[in-house]
Amino acid sequence: MSTNTIVSLPDQSTARIPKDNFITRENGLLSWLLTGDHKRIAILYLISLSFFFFIGGALAGLIRLELLTPQTDLMATDTYNKVFTMHGVIMIFFFLVPSVPATLGNFLIPMMIGAKDLALPKINLLSWYLYVAGGILAIYTMAAGGVDTGWTFTTPLSTHYVNTNVLTTGLAAFIAGFSSIFTGLNFIVTIHKMRAPGMTWFRLPLFVWSHYAASILMVLATPVVAIALVLIILERTIGIGVFDPTKGGDPLLFQHLFWFYSHPAVYIMILPGMGVISEVISTFSRKRVFGYTAVAFSSVAIAVFGFFVWAHHMFIMGISNYAVLVFSLLTMLVAVPSAIKIFNWTFTLYKGSITFETPMLYAFGFLGLFTIGGMTGVFLGTAGTDIHLTETYFIVAHFHFVMVGGMLMAFLAGIHFWWPKITGRMYPEKISQLAAVVTFIGFNLTFFPQFILGTLGMPRRYASYPPEFQVLNVFSTAGATILGVGYLLPVLYLIWSLKYGEIAGNNPWQATGLEWQTQSPPLTENFAVMPIMDHEAYDYEWLEHQQKLAGKAAEVTSAG
Amino acid sequence: MNHISPVIWQFLVKWLTNFALFPPEASKIAPQMDALYFFMVLVSLIGLTIVVLLITSFSILYSKGRHPVAVQVEGSTLLEATWTIIPLGLFLVMFVWGALIYFRVYTPPANAMNIYVVGKQWMWKAEHPGGQHEINALHIPTGQPIQLTLISQDVFHSFSIPAFRVKREAIPGRYTTVWFEATTPGTYHLFCTQYCGTNHSQMIGDIVVLTPEDFRKWLASSTSGASLAQNGERLFASLSCAACHNARPDARGPSLAGVYGAKLALSAGGTVTADDAYLREAILNPSQHVTQGYAPIMPTYQGQVSEEGVIALVEYIKNLNSDYRIQQTLNTTDLLPESAGQAPPANQVPVSKGTVKP
Repeated sequence: MSTNTIVSLPDQSTARIPKDNFITRENGLLSWLLTGDHKRIAILYLISLSFFFFIGGALAGLIRLELLTPQTDLMATDTYNKVFTMHGVIMIFFFLVPSVPATLGNFLIPMMIGAKDLALPKINLLSWYLYVAGGILAIYTMAAGGVDTGWTFTTPLSTHYVNTNVLTTGLAAFIAGFSSIFTGLNFIVTIHKMRAPGMTWFRLPLFVWSHYAASILMVLATPVVAIALVLIILERTIGIGVFDPTKGGDPLLFQHLFWFYSHPAVYIMILPGMGVISEVISTFSRKRVFGYTAVAFSSVAIAVFGFFVWAHHMFIMGISNYAVLVFSLLTMLVAVPSAIKIFNWTFTLYKGSITFETPMLYAFGFLGLFTIGGMTGVFLGTAGTDIHLTETYFIVAHFHFVMVGGMLMAFLAGIHFWWPKITGRMYPEKISQLAAVVTFIGFNLTFFPQFILGTLGMPRRYASYPPEFQVLNVFSTAGATILGVGYLLPVLYLIWSLKYGEIAGNNPWQATGLEWQTQSPPLTENFAVMPIMDHEAYDYEWLEHQQKLAGKAAEVTSAG
Repeated sequence: MNHISPVIWQFLVKWLTNFALFPPEASKIAPQMDALYFFMVLVSLIGLTIVVLLITSFSILYSKGRHPVAVQVEGSTLLEATWTIIPLGLFLVMFVWGALIYFRVYTPPANAMNIYVVGKQWMWKAEHPGGQHEINALHIPTGQPIQLTLISQDVFHSFSIPAFRVKREAIPGRYTTVWFEATTPGTYHLFCTQYCGTNHSQMIGDIVVLTPEDFRKWLASSTSGASLAQNGERLFASLSCAACHNARPDARGPSLAGVYGAKLALSAGGTVTADDAYLREAILNPSQHVTQGYAPIMPTYQGQVSEEGVIALVEYIKNLNSDYRIQQTLNTTDLLPESAGQAPPANQVPVSKGTVKP
């Protein structure tokens, strides 16, 4: 074994992918479309999500291309407005919200807790169909001429002043919302009811804890945005006037309803990513996560506090100054658990035995970028500086650092980390390390200049801008090009690896999770024998002991 | 330097000549806000440096090659407490500091000069008290606190002046305010920062800061003849408001002289201070705001008076300190303004329509 890697693969000349696994058990398109297997549904999600990610990414490319010059020369302002609206709608509702939970969460939660499937397999399949229905409606919206309200659907712009496809977009997000509610519900029931014998709450991997916290948010917050979207649809069709000041309605009410979901939605997006980071950092430093309970409870704290900070999106909108005080203070409190997590992950490295495979590189990227994203969030949660920085490129940079720098890095870390488990084959290490570095460089070049642009005052959602902002915009567009390459590479080599990747064996990373103690790809029922959890999470000594026993057993069989 | 492509060369020159990390500081609040901003930048940099240094040094010290066997370390309550309490303390400092600045930005001083701003798709219209109005521009003097009272005629807009570090949303159906005191003469960007539809990125303009002397010259050269309150008075007459609000003993509506800033008892119970927002509401939704002792007979003026018209009416009522002027509006719908001690301007254009078109 080389000293700079923990990868231990079976002898490639004799190793075979197990004949019976969840992919080979049944064949034919229908066996996939009607499946109840959480792992197959996860793969359906992975394919559809990637599709939407590349549509959203192409739209982002168009935005950056238009902003290369101060004038509007690539497209008309209306087109530009539609492009950034669809970029936001697709990336948020059809990529970020379901990304980690619906793919990795779906695949891994039952395996991590030692269950055969999620508690409600048919509901799980239904949630994928809802997602696809919402997605098709979103694609139809684009084909039918798009929508230009911004992903925030601000009233009364969305109800009275635009003639684009607000109804279908709202409906698409509404339907996708139910998909998210069902996923959350399924996770909560599963984590409560389906844990293997001995799998107590404090033996759960932190990935499960962070999904549990995110699920609570999905179930409780998503209905509120559903209500807001229904009210918008009713306002446009029959003019009920809830948000219309001329009928005694209040346009600010929409902001309250919308952000009551859309702020927790940020945590729906980031918490599962944090779960991935916990698993990856522990595995590649061979250490139990530092302060397991602190990390677990900080996830729950983020979920709870996350409900009470929504009005920090409205500091300049004329809400009461005293409401601003309260929401600013609560925002500071929600920043603390994130800081706790960062330091705990960092100290997990202490006295570890660290290797730098691709998932770990992405996790390091996450730590740096999420720290910047989180700190700049404090700039915006501070009432005074929010006045200057809100609604500018500073905010665009901030949430892209959290969502793309944080969430997407975590997603890619997770995809690489569990790829051998999902497919039974390794991804090519060298080129994927290169892709991780390219992504990191491209990301920083794209989004860091936007902090400066925002501080200088450049407003977001502008198709044209004063010429003095051009240089920084050119940097940003150049970075986006590099970032595009960084995202394209994994698609290519991951598809390549499906046929040509090395056989991974059960546990190429020597990881402790239950999902690694079974074959890859797993059986349809996950485990041949129901596992019993007789040790703590991240117990590397237990793992070593198990391997010694297995080694002895093998000797005995070969001797006999 | 022939081997460098001219495009890249141009780009470098452009970058180096335009390089700035923050916009000009042209208002009293700007340096205060920047102080907090740079404090936060400093804290962030220190925090980031700590994280990056720890990750790098751990990665070197405990890489598998150098440290082949991991030593399991349980969590440490002391460390957990350290990185809970220190960030919390720093965040609380930022919270208090930020809250102080926030209250300063949104609490205008008593001597501020009020300018009304109406946002609409896709322009900004400013109404000076002297009747000067401008579109996509705002002329203001240095050394004088200026309060903006903002409203939108259609969708949400946001009035942003990066060089002053202030920004306020213009909302349909309610007034919002913000104030600032400019310190440096010059022309600065005005942006609409709340996405408002097709030409959002063209809803921009210039904030022109003048010395007090230049500002007086500008005021004199840009007068439209009548002050904002005088426009309001004409509108008051043409809408026959004085038919009821005439201060006679048998009047069907309450007298409006001196009403601005007074505490009113409402027939629905409770009291309310008659500020700009209340007066606007009372004109547009009168049945919701009936003063005690009067019948709810006033019709709504929603749709009959534009936002600028309401502003003129509010400004008129604000400046109304005797019933005499109301009496004068009784017999005519086309009254020429005659403020006491001020001769009416010669180029007076009478307005008889229901809506003032400034």
